[in-house]
Amino acid sequence: MVGVRTQDLRKVYSSSPPTAASGGSGPRSDGKKGKPAKVEIPALDGLSLEVQPGEIFGLLGPNGAGKSTTVGVLTTRVRPTSGTAWIGEHEVWKQPALVKRLIGVVPQRANLDFSLTAREILVFHAAYFGIGKRQRDQRADELLEKFRLTERANQMVRGFSGGMMQRLSIARAMMHDPQVLFLDEPSAGLDPQTRILLWEIIREYHQAGKTILLTTHNMDEADALCQRLAIVDHGHVIALGAPKELKASIPGGFLLRLRFGRQPADLMQRLQALSGVREVRAADTTGVDIYADRGGSLILEIASLAASAEAELSDVHISEPSLENLFLHHTGRSLRD
Amino acid sequence: MNWKAFGAMLARDAHVARRNAIQLFLQTFLQPLLFVFIFGRVMVRSGYLPPQYKSLLLPGIIAICMVFTGIWAVAMPLIAEFQWTREIEDRLLAPIGVAWVAIEKVIAGMLQALIAGLAVIPFAWLVLRPVEISIDTPVVFAVIVVLVATFAACGGLALGCSINQQHIGLMFGMVITPMIFFGCTYYPWSALQTFPLLQKAVLINPLVYASEGLRATLVPRSPHLSIVAVLIALVCFDVLLLAIGLRQFEKKAVS
Repeated sequence: MVGVRTQDLRKVYSSSPPTAASGGSGPRSDGKKGKPAKVEIPALDGLSLEVQPGEIFGLLGPNGAGKSTTVGVLTTRVRPTSGTAWIGEHEVWKQPALVKRLIGVVPQRANLDFSLTAREILVFHAAYFGIGKRQRDQRADELLEKFRLTERANQMVRGFSGGMMQRLSIARAMMHDPQVLFLDEPSAGLDPQTRILLWEIIREYHQAGKTILLTTHNMDEADALCQRLAIVDHGHVIALGAPKELKASIPGGFLLRLRFGRQPADLMQRLQALSGVREVRAADTTGVDIYADRGGSLILEIASLAASAEAELSDVHISEPSLENLFLHHTGRSLRD
Repeated sequence: MNWKAFGAMLARDAHVARRNAIQLFLQTFLQPLLFVFIFGRVMVRSGYLPPQYKSLLLPGIIAICMVFTGIWAVAMPLIAEFQWTREIEDRLLAPIGVAWVAIEKVIAGMLQALIAGLAVIPFAWLVLRPVEISIDTPVVFAVIVVLVATFAACGGLALGCSINQQHIGLMFGMVITPMIFFGCTYYPWSALQTFPLLQKAVLINPLVYASEGLRATLVPRSPHLSIVAVLIALVCFDVLLLAIGLRQFEKKAVS
């Protein structure tokens, strides 16, 4: 079994980053007057993580957090500005050809060979990895069957639906039986049925002793699939652990998002004094986020407190312990922002 | 060096070329053969051009076919694959150095250029016959043909990795068309004597050496540039275009 490790990865794009590999905190222009401004976009800012051999590990974060860039660095497609990445014992940027033998990659955007049929895509992929003819034919048939593509095996992929292309992309990544499988937003754009099939296949591949690293901005997927997660924002890891541990780390667990039309100065202190409230934060000029160990039962007390303080409570939203709340707790922003 | 991966990529390109054989055939040969028919047969038979013109025209047509095929075979897939379909990513993830993926493209382009160059000879001969051509120095001819095919494929690599999809039309209008018309394909270089400035300026065009080299070996009695100059120039262009192409390819392949 093979693990994955990165040490203090930094990546600054000097022009706009490629699609599905953007990240960081937005453009930073340092051009001089009179010359066209050179745009530097930081995508990774000292990202370090360690994925244990045989683990399903998730990178969770909003779009532009640096997830795809991390996968790009680990899969020899993005050269880091500094820092080191390893697949097993091999340093990615010193032994790229060796590393490529160990990894399988499912990209965020389908990159299937449009000049070939579905079956040829699998067979040629295996041939690039030096797998003999009989073995690659047999494996292609098995994977086509498993991914329910046998009927379309001899058709060109140009007319395939998004879900079929995604299934074929995963089948291709598994053709050479890689030790580490990278899946970049694997269920983006998939219907629920295909998503469940995909999750089953990922779990099954993991049971065969393989390491899986997937990126997602879907909390349900991260929660359902991953043994450990790194929550990434602005190119670095802001929280790391098993989904359960991470959720338990949110003060109280419940999040109550309140909006007030008018907000007296001492409201925050008074809210903090309520029983079960663990943390009170100003969300913006009119909002307050309350982390508490109970949800709905707190509303009555909050409403009467607001009435006595002459604060106009205009909106209330309660959410149960979730990774979304965790992200919000660390960044003050929603994963969906 | 992983020869298995390299061979499999070549096999993939051969498979795709076979699948698109009819399209490739029409794309490669139709225009040059129409040109051969009009200028080599209609114009000659009707007395507007002398019969000797047929021998001057044939090497130029071979050069056009080879160069156009090589550039097209390498540049067009690369433009689409890097910018639109991204299908090259599968080969970039094969267990082989990234530069070898580019070199495989060059070898595949060279082979297609060679096939195009050699296949156009019997077709053109059928249209033009009788036409006087002879290969007195087969080794020199072979070397020149290989160097021309290399120039075409390396040119395709450099162009394919430097041009955006929306500029394909511009590539043909601004690069390929002037290259063909100022490439001594339809006339020998010596015919430009009366345009001394133009005669010197066209020497930056690698197609000039391809046409003149083929003319020197197929129609040795016709006026042509010295074979040594042709060989030196073609080797220099091959090396230069390969270096530019590999650099651009690596820039595209790794961000």
